[in-house]
Amino acid sequence: MTSGSIHLNTDIKERVSSFLVGDRKRKKIGDKVFHGLVLGTAAYTLFIIVIVVFSVGVGSAKIFSHEGFIGFVTGTNWNAVEGRESYGALPYIIGTLMSSGIALLIGVPMSLGIAFFLAEMAPSRLSSPLSFVIELLAAVPSIIYGLWALFVFRFLIKDWIETPLYNTLGPYIPFFNQAPFGLDVFSAGIVLAIMIIPIVSSISRDVMKAVPDTQREAAYSLGATRWETSRMAVFPYGKSGLLGASILGLGRAVGETMLVTLIIGNAIGPSAIPTTLFSQSQTLSSLIANEFNEASSDLQLSALIGLGAVLLILTMIINIGARLMVSKMVKVSPGGRE
Amino acid sequence: MSNSDEHMGKKDKLSGEKSRNASSDYRQIFHEVSLKHASRRRITDKIISILAIVCVIGAIIPLGSILLEVIKNGAAVISIQFLTQPPGSIGSDSGGIGPAIQGTLITVGLASLIGAPIGILSGIYLSEFAPAGSGKGVKERAISFFANTIRLFNDVLTGLPSIVIGIVGYVTIVLAINSFSVWAGAFALSIIMIPIISRVTEETLKLVPNSLREAGYSLGISKSKITLFIVLKYAKDGVLTGVILAIARIAGETAPLIMTILGTSLFFTGLTGPVDALPLKIWRLASQPYESAHAFGWGAALVLILIILILSASIRIIAHGKGIRVRTGTI
Repeated sequence: MTSGSIHLNTDIKERVSSFLVGDRKRKKIGDKVFHGLVLGTAAYTLFIIVIVVFSVGVGSAKIFSHEGFIGFVTGTNWNAVEGRESYGALPYIIGTLMSSGIALLIGVPMSLGIAFFLAEMAPSRLSSPLSFVIELLAAVPSIIYGLWALFVFRFLIKDWIETPLYNTLGPYIPFFNQAPFGLDVFSAGIVLAIMIIPIVSSISRDVMKAVPDTQREAAYSLGATRWETSRMAVFPYGKSGLLGASILGLGRAVGETMLVTLIIGNAIGPSAIPTTLFSQSQTLSSLIANEFNEASSDLQLSALIGLGAVLLILTMIINIGARLMVSKMVKVSPGGRE
Repeated sequence: MSNSDEHMGKKDKLSGEKSRNASSDYRQIFHEVSLKHASRRRITDKIISILAIVCVIGAIIPLGSILLEVIKNGAAVISIQFLTQPPGSIGSDSGGIGPAIQGTLITVGLASLIGAPIGILSGIYLSEFAPAGSGKGVKERAISFFANTIRLFNDVLTGLPSIVIGIVGYVTIVLAINSFSVWAGAFALSIIMIPIISRVTEETLKLVPNSLREAGYSLGISKSKITLFIVLKYAKDGVLTGVILAIARIAGETAPLIMTILGTSLFFTGLTGPVDALPLKIWRLASQPYESAHAFGWGAALVLILIILILSASIRIIAHGKGIRVRTGTI
């Protein structure tokens, strides 16, 4: 009995030790295989990047040889009729930049306000559930924002914001002079603003929390109020991070597809260039989503992928710039709050 | 600003009694100035504080409105038939969104099977095999450069518009096998997952105390086993939250599915055929001119939002009290 259990014990011990330690040769091979495996999966990211560039390049080759890159980017027509085919991306580039610009103008100040409240004003008892609620906004899929915008928000914004603006400013400023319909570049911009608020505000909050308390203490000791402390000590210290957060929000807004498709009005061709705040328009991504399944020719499909190429270049520039700025700030700040 | 600089400069140069005089001068001026503007400054502070609170409320109202509308309009159509049946004829209010729910589960499931292992292993590489500190040797520097490149490209992938990822799925798989398919959709969604999981895994593993690894080494255990059975095991909750986060994110993706799985009103037929998905269904229903279609759209939205809220809540539950940082908003 006892000897049996001892045998069992040593047996288990041997097994455990051989499992853990193994013999040297096997251990070395196992490590090499594992190292190769994790290295391979890490390199998979590079592979994906190559695949992305390759497929967008191959897919859009036809349109760029038909129109030329410059011709495609500066053209305004969108004509799929055979024999008169002509494709240009300019209206959608303008539409994209304008709706994202509106989103930034509204979303960034609001996000900074929220971040200021969460990082500087609210006690942690209040700020952590609030952060959770705001981050819930980020978890809502954009198609649901779109659904809400199309069936609910559109009427609210038309009646309460757009029509008053049109009535008061429309007769004097051409930019407001178009009878609002609810489905336009302004509504799209506002819903985009709501959508980017969670990401911009939560990164801004992180950036503000990364500012060392000594900065604040210095300002407070000079008699500064809370706002003055933020304005003089926190914002300047974290400005590259805050700028990066905003640009990251811009990247989101530029690439957003579904909610824009549902609410921007889906104009095509030269009329998609927004001349007023309440013009129907179209963005790069919304046109791709709208026409991809209905593309009648290879050239039209290629033109849509060409829009994707323009979008890819635009967002890559935006995102790399933003990430570099944020990481510079968040990593190099010893003594931060977290 | 320039005024105070001047004072500071003076203060440095002067010594003894003079310095004391100067600094009391400075204090005097500061005191007077601050008193003079005290009430205005306090009012500004109050106004800014109120504005900040308004911003917070302004962000919460849309969230409340979205949830309220989805629940109100969605609950009206939810029934067993709605959840299990294929859609009826266009414009009628019979049938349901069964194929869309099934398609979402299959596509997201397959994407997770591809994306989760790759993401976790890639995160393991970045945390365990590529130390961030810059070494002296050529080899260390090469590894560190490689790892930083991977990190940068992961960030680039995270920022890619999902519609572009849809194009990738279309060109590489749909055109290759000449059919809209679950594979293409899952591949596209896995591209969205991998950088998220990789990043969360890396950050979580970096928080594992080094003493655990050292204990393993001192027992002569191989690095692969230390990584898998000690480090990864210690960090499993954090890694799990990363995976769920990524699943919640792709469950709501619509744009890449348009050009990969296409959408259909039929149930799943095979991995090389088209399927439907909830977000895609919502889009198609919202674009139809029928009231009944819109009602179904709200119903599908409710199902989708419930799935995502359950996933988000489970992240919170797993992370609760374990010091895991969940960053739903920033990834």
